[in-house]
Amino acid sequence: MEYFKSLVVILMTSVLVNNYVLNKFLGICPFLGVSKKLNQATGMGIAVIFVMLVATAVTWPIQIFVLNRFGLEYMQTIVFILVIAALVQFVEIVLKKYIPGLHKSLGVYLPLITTNCAVLGVTINNINDGYDFTQSMVSSLGCGLGFLLAMVLFSGVRTRLESENIPKAFQGLPITLLAASIVSLAFFGFGGIVDNMFK
Amino acid sequence: MKKGYLSVLINGLLKENPVFVLVLGTCPTLAMTDSATKAFGMGIAAAIVLICSNMVISALRKIIPDTVRIPCYIVVIAGFVTIVQMAMQAYMPDMYKSLGTYLALIVVNCIILGRAEMFARENGIFRSALDGIGMGLGFTIALLSMATVREILGAGSFFGIAIPFMKNYTIPFFTQAPGGFFVFGCLIAVVNVITKGKAIKKKEFGCEGCPSYAVCHVEKIAKEEQ
Repeated sequence: MEYFKSLVVILMTSVLVNNYVLNKFLGICPFLGVSKKLNQATGMGIAVIFVMLVATAVTWPIQIFVLNRFGLEYMQTIVFILVIAALVQFVEIVLKKYIPGLHKSLGVYLPLITTNCAVLGVTINNINDGYDFTQSMVSSLGCGLGFLLAMVLFSGVRTRLESENIPKAFQGLPITLLAASIVSLAFFGFGGIVDNMFK
Repeated sequence: MKKGYLSVLINGLLKENPVFVLVLGTCPTLAMTDSATKAFGMGIAAAIVLICSNMVISALRKIIPDTVRIPCYIVVIAGFVTIVQMAMQAYMPDMYKSLGTYLALIVVNCIILGRAEMFARENGIFRSALDGIGMGLGFTIALLSMATVREILGAGSFFGIAIPFMKNYTIPFFTQAPGGFFVFGCLIAVVNVITKGKAIKKKEFGCEGCPSYAVCHVEKIAKEEQ
């Protein structure tokens, strides 16, 4: 039961409190780049969840059974980035061959997130936080869901921004960043939710 | 047309400042600028990686096959990031701790891969090194200017040293996550005003080198695939 509780806490923390985009600033490029339309934002978010889960499922065993065992912890960065890059390419090829339907909806986004900092970040953070395999997977799922949530919410905000009359200097990126600031401020409200969940 | 050495060096500082003009490497820019010390450490670390990887990639530019160049660049960059990580852990353990995961994430910083693709691939070692120095300094300056605003307003200090009057009137908003977005947006707007809107033109930079090139061009790629 205690263990299950820890899983729920990890999930809620990574979705709402430590949201990867709005609080830890990882994966800002796709957050600003692909959030113009709702369907693109959703596709991107789901692809990120998928890649995060697969990447964690592969990098965690590599870290524990190969790098730690042979004293190669310093190779972490190089190994992880190469494994993730190769893995995403591999998954894309497999999807294209065997599940063309899924490939059609997610395929465009897959190669794009190969070197997304959120994916590399989540795999490294899982190791640094000392999570076991299940906790790592739950944490990755949470981070991915948090990313999806932020993307979907923000695409709504941006749709409204398009029709507004904005001062010239702020047009484009600056006003998008200010809007992101306000969305991020809204997520601050979730701050106490995890501490008080099991009281 | 080859530009002179001096203009290669100065380019990164203002005209093509990687953060404010090209808007690359936004993740560390937002995450590492709540204090000037962190920003300085991050800027210097990224600059060292950039200079070294630029030189090595430029030296290997005739050996690396075109089709697998991006993975090759990533290996070179990851190697230098690891070196910087180990050196920092040994000589500056406090800084290493405060930079945390973001130090490893220099690997996926678009500035470094972008410069490898756009500049080091086509230029000699010395010019690439100069470009690395210019871009690295431009990145550091941008981080520092953002951190200055955020730390003074948010924590009432600068490089960890308290400022007498400001100390009593801090606005914690600026050191927290939303403040990062806010200050970054405002600074880009200021740059827009200074350059009269001419600054934000990414075309000449060639986004192709950036890992998230495809992310920013989803529509274009989707069209090409059809």
